[in-house]
Amino acid sequence: MDAQAAKMIGAGLAAIGMGLAALGVGNVFAQFLAGALRNPGAADSQQGRLFIGFAAAELLGLLAFVTMIILVFVA
Amino acid sequence: MAAEQGGKIDPMHQFLIEPAFGSHWIVGGYDLSFTNSALWMVVTLVALWAFMVGGMKRDLVPGRWQMAVEGFTGFISGMMEQNVGPGGKRFVPYVFSLFMFILFANIIGLLPFGIVPGVHPFTVTSHMTVTGVLALISFAIVLLVGFGKHGFHFFSLFVPSGTPVLMIPLIFVVELMSFLVRPFSLGLRLFVAMTAGHILLKVLAAFVINGINMGPGYIAIVSLPSFILMIGITLLELLVAAIQAYVFALLTSVYLNDAVNLH
Repeated sequence: MDAQAAKMIGAGLAAIGMGLAALGVGNVFAQFLAGALRNPGAADSQQGRLFIGFAAAELLGLLAFVTMIILVFVA
Repeated sequence: MAAEQGGKIDPMHQFLIEPAFGSHWIVGGYDLSFTNSALWMVVTLVALWAFMVGGMKRDLVPGRWQMAVEGFTGFISGMMEQNVGPGGKRFVPYVFSLFMFILFANIIGLLPFGIVPGVHPFTVTSHMTVTGVLALISFAIVLLVGFGKHGFHFFSLFVPSGTPVLMIPLIFVVELMSFLVRPFSLGLRLFVAMTAGHILLKVLAAFVINGINMGPGYIAIVSLPSFILMIGITLLELLVAAIQAYVFALLTSVYLNDAVNLH
């Protein structure tokens, strides 16, 4: 297998990681909504932690994207 | 500014940094030319300055502009007080400047300036050089405040209270690594979010153009759905622009809390 084909296949595999990270991001918001609808008075105080959790989950998805971009355009 | 050459889509050309006014300006072996990135940073600065100056009135019953500016300042001030506490008041100017600059830079990169012939919009925060420096400034402030206020006791941040003595060496190394990754992750998050959004928009735009070039039947099948998707994605990108600016400021305030209060 020549290098260019291997890079493209690797990029496709890295893109699967973004789908998994999407599950993680959805999880963060889903759990926040589940808790917020049970205890609406406490929801606003936890909004900061919601975005911190979202940022952490999104970062890993973006890392998969960076791996893909490096394989396609840099290496 | 062709998005594609001979049918092949090139989404990365929009991120090219080149001199804004013609030729390079080389001084002593270094390229100091005024780039398009610098130009759009000046545009961001002028827009932000105009926004703040226009709204910094002292009316007891605020008009809309003053209300908007005070909304932003109150938002950041409240966030700093919630995350850092009373010791966070001194950092509100820095975090506010950071948040507003990133927000304006992100949004200006999405505005349709390309309609004007000859104007090529550029997202300033779509380069690691810009976001990495912003993250390094935040991290440097965290280190200066942490070591300045606590001295070597700052290292107690890496040993959470209640860890068994045998695990302290391992936990210390793991926490130290996690701490040192912070500026990298902070800059990378903003950079990739902006770059990914713009690549997606450029690919969809190339679909629209390619569809138009292929003929009338393909316009309905390819160009129109792609264009409608572009509108939806642009709305999403505006949301992401605001969220990423907020997340950058929020994480900076959380790291400052670690430095000021040693959790």
